[in-house]
Amino acid sequence: MPSIVKPAARHPSLQRNELGLTIRDYEGSMSTLCAGCGHDSITAALVRALWEVSMPPHMLAKMSGIGCSSKTPAYFVSGAHGFNSAHGRMPAITTGAAAANRAMTYVGISGDGDSLSIGIGHLCHAIRRNVKMLYLIENNGVYGLTKGQFSASADIGSKSKKGEPNRMQPIDPVLLGLSLGATFVARGFSGDKEQLVPIFKAALRHRGFALVDVISPCVTFNDHSGSTKSYLNTRKRGIRATEADFVMPQQEILTNIADEGVTSVAMHDGSILRFRVVPEGYDPSDRERVLSYLLEQQQAGHIVTGILFLDENVPDMHEANNTTQMPLTQVPYAKLCPGAAELARLQEAFQ
Amino acid sequence: MRTRVNDFAIKLANVNGTGSASANGLLMQAIFRMGIPVSGKNLFPSNIQGLPTWYEIRVNKDGYTARALDYDLMVAMNAQTYARDIQEVRSGGYVLYDSSWPLERSLHREDVSFLPVPLARLCNEQFEGARERVLLKNIAYSGVLVALLDADMQIVEELLAETFASKKSLHDANRRALHIGIDYAREHFECPLPFRLEKTDANAGKILIDGNTATALGCLYAGATVAAWYPITPATSVMDAFRGFCEKYRRDPETGANNCCIIQAEDELAAIGMVIGAGWMGARAFTSTAGPGISLMNELLGLAYYGEIPAVVIDVQRVGPSTGMPTRTQQGDLLECAYASHGDTKHILLLPANPAECFEFAVNAFDLAERFQTPVLMLSDLDIGMNDWVVPQLEWDDAYTPDRGRVLGEDALRGLSVFQRFTNEDENAVAARTLPGVNSNGAYMLRGSGHNKYGGYTEQPHEYQEVVDRLLAKHRAAARFVPPPEIVRMTDARIGVITTGGCDAAVREALDVLGGQGLAADYLRIRAFPFAKIVADFIEEHEYCFVVEQNRDAQLRSLLLLETSAPKEKLISVLVYGGFPLSAAQVVQGVTEKLGVVSAVHR
Repeated sequence: MPSIVKPAARHPSLQRNELGLTIRDYEGSMSTLCAGCGHDSITAALVRALWEVSMPPHMLAKMSGIGCSSKTPAYFVSGAHGFNSAHGRMPAITTGAAAANRAMTYVGISGDGDSLSIGIGHLCHAIRRNVKMLYLIENNGVYGLTKGQFSASADIGSKSKKGEPNRMQPIDPVLLGLSLGATFVARGFSGDKEQLVPIFKAALRHRGFALVDVISPCVTFNDHSGSTKSYLNTRKRGIRATEADFVMPQQEILTNIADEGVTSVAMHDGSILRFRVVPEGYDPSDRERVLSYLLEQQQAGHIVTGILFLDENVPDMHEANNTTQMPLTQVPYAKLCPGAAELARLQEAFQ
Repeated sequence: MRTRVNDFAIKLANVNGTGSASANGLLMQAIFRMGIPVSGKNLFPSNIQGLPTWYEIRVNKDGYTARALDYDLMVAMNAQTYARDIQEVRSGGYVLYDSSWPLERSLHREDVSFLPVPLARLCNEQFEGARERVLLKNIAYSGVLVALLDADMQIVEELLAETFASKKSLHDANRRALHIGIDYAREHFECPLPFRLEKTDANAGKILIDGNTATALGCLYAGATVAAWYPITPATSVMDAFRGFCEKYRRDPETGANNCCIIQAEDELAAIGMVIGAGWMGARAFTSTAGPGISLMNELLGLAYYGEIPAVVIDVQRVGPSTGMPTRTQQGDLLECAYASHGDTKHILLLPANPAECFEFAVNAFDLAERFQTPVLMLSDLDIGMNDWVVPQLEWDDAYTPDRGRVLGEDALRGLSVFQRFTNEDENAVAARTLPGVNSNGAYMLRGSGHNKYGGYTEQPHEYQEVVDRLLAKHRAAARFVPPPEIVRMTDARIGVITTGGCDAAVREALDVLGGQGLAADYLRIRAFPFAKIVADFIEEHEYCFVVEQNRDAQLRSLLLLETSAPKEKLISVLVYGGFPLSAAQVVQGVTEKLGVVSAVHR
């Protein structure tokens, strides 16, 4: 992952967030992905979301596995620690990091190969544990770095660059997440930054594991006419289930009169997610109906986007463990070691 | 007949899952409290209920407590295995069996004495309920043994009272069962037998503890806060014990919240991943596993090695390859652990010999992992981990502070313009690291892919080599910080004996036996890898060295050949790897046989 440092010059008129930082402060090194790669658009949306929520850079941990998507942590927030780990193991490594320090914000970036094949077990179990993190799958249906093999998310009938159709059932991370009890499930499209930014902001504030699947066309291997994950097909087949806006806890809701059809959900940290559902009767708090709606739309070849499901009432890993509020990395050693006298006393049981 | 005091071995043959473990443990503990050197070896099957299981108790006034192979008394409680159990008793020994059913004539031996006790019948007369009868039969044979071996009644009564302190009805039933056995033995046999117990004071300042419990205590005292694991025999009890200690010592007295996070992972890939994530974040984290888990962890051990992340792995070795024999002991993971993962990797190994060292080395493991920013693997084995050993009481120095190694904190980072992760190394080739959540100036991308000393991605040969060469220097430097070998020298010994881990007791007993036969040999026990320089010196100083270990492929010998300049012909293997704890007799036999071959060559 060769990285090219960007010039540090800043335009003085750039807008600043609550921390006094400009959006440029949330950038990283230059991307080395292909020109037009969907991943770079996603990075741009993430940069904006992190800037808008005023994330302190040093409190962010950027986690990834292996693959094109996993390179992207180098391309945003260079003031944050990043860990480009091993193929598929990012959820496990992030779980351990989160166990050690619950004060950090974790953004895990993965791809369809990383998450739906080699690391699918770890993804499933991170969902089950409700590890508090934004888990982003940059989903393009192919293995790019190894030159265009189908991934597990390739749709039946979708064609490779050479024209061979995929014949196996795809694994849809959204359906997978919903069936495993994921507490925040969203889908976006790299070509729709306007929709992605509020999804990311809400995901960053979610109480537990926020699964965000983003269709991100691979311009080199999977953007042709036979592909179901091309820019064209995604634009043509996309349906919005919800349109969301996100209000920070400190911010005043300026529009006093709620827009017609707008629903507000209080996030665990006090921020407010406001959203409007697009299809009539869609309810992102009803897991069963969301699942059946998504299955219907999938049969019809549609790609449903937006915040698809949300439940702020499920405790995250630390709440379930009743872990102390202080990050474990900061608990003083004196509190951890029972000491010599106690060692002598407890050994009475071994006499 | 001459009476032997505090010098005999008994073997108890039982059916797994019938409650014999508590009866056998009671006997073992009673002997320990009588102040007599004792060991207990549980030879159990990979099974929940129904298969044969054995327990061996060796009592030895001189402190030789390695496994005996010579049984004075067989407590034959499993009809399935009568034939082999009765054959194993030494000539002149005794067989205690349940005479509620007749013993087949073909099983009789003229040279042993049979002690028939109608245990099932006695228990059926006295107790209601099938389960109770089965369980109490074990206590009844313990009663017979108490009488036959002259165990201290008061101590046995005290132990029963402690065990059932909160369950009076159970206490009464157990006492009755015990006395059924005692009374029957005193009525029908000449008690005690020609070998018996006698109170002494060899166990002052000692405890009876298994290695896994001691390991868990070490992790607790070292300040580990994150533990991730996947259930596996024989390592599970490490985490069970750690969890138990955390429930007691890691609950915040004010809030009731936990100062720890223990995660049962989905597999060992995840378990080590979690440990690495926590170590990268700055917590002391560990996992416990066995060989099959190490196989899975290989991938990420390489990441931790190359990414220079502290991690502690407890490997309680069992018999491989593959699933192997999960409830049998071996030292078969040495090479796998020393070089775990693809590419050039070398790890720090700690090799405890007993539960006391498990405690001590577990603490060392965390200090070394942070000091050298690398995985440290502590290899015990099933024998050390799951059997109760008599060891000196564990001690703790309240002046201890964790060695966190080179970490740049907030103060160092505040004014720093550029942080370069893998350079400016100290005399031990260790570069300073930074932890997330402290200061943006310390931020960097950690990667398992090729990187240069500044932490940047590279595919340049010299940049790559610079980093991995420093990693090698770091591993070499660790040799000065790991526990040094234990060396016992005789006068004018030309031969050396090298061993490691749980072979210690058997090898030292064997050296005394061989010494009595006129063969003086110096002793060296390897306690860590990389090897301290004195290991190579020891080999150099001796004409040849026997290397005693519990695996087929002479893994310790291979490691010595690879990592020292010792010539192949100087290291002669004695290998015992069937899966049971080592016995001195096996070492004496192995050395004697090889000695014949060596002498012939040297002549």
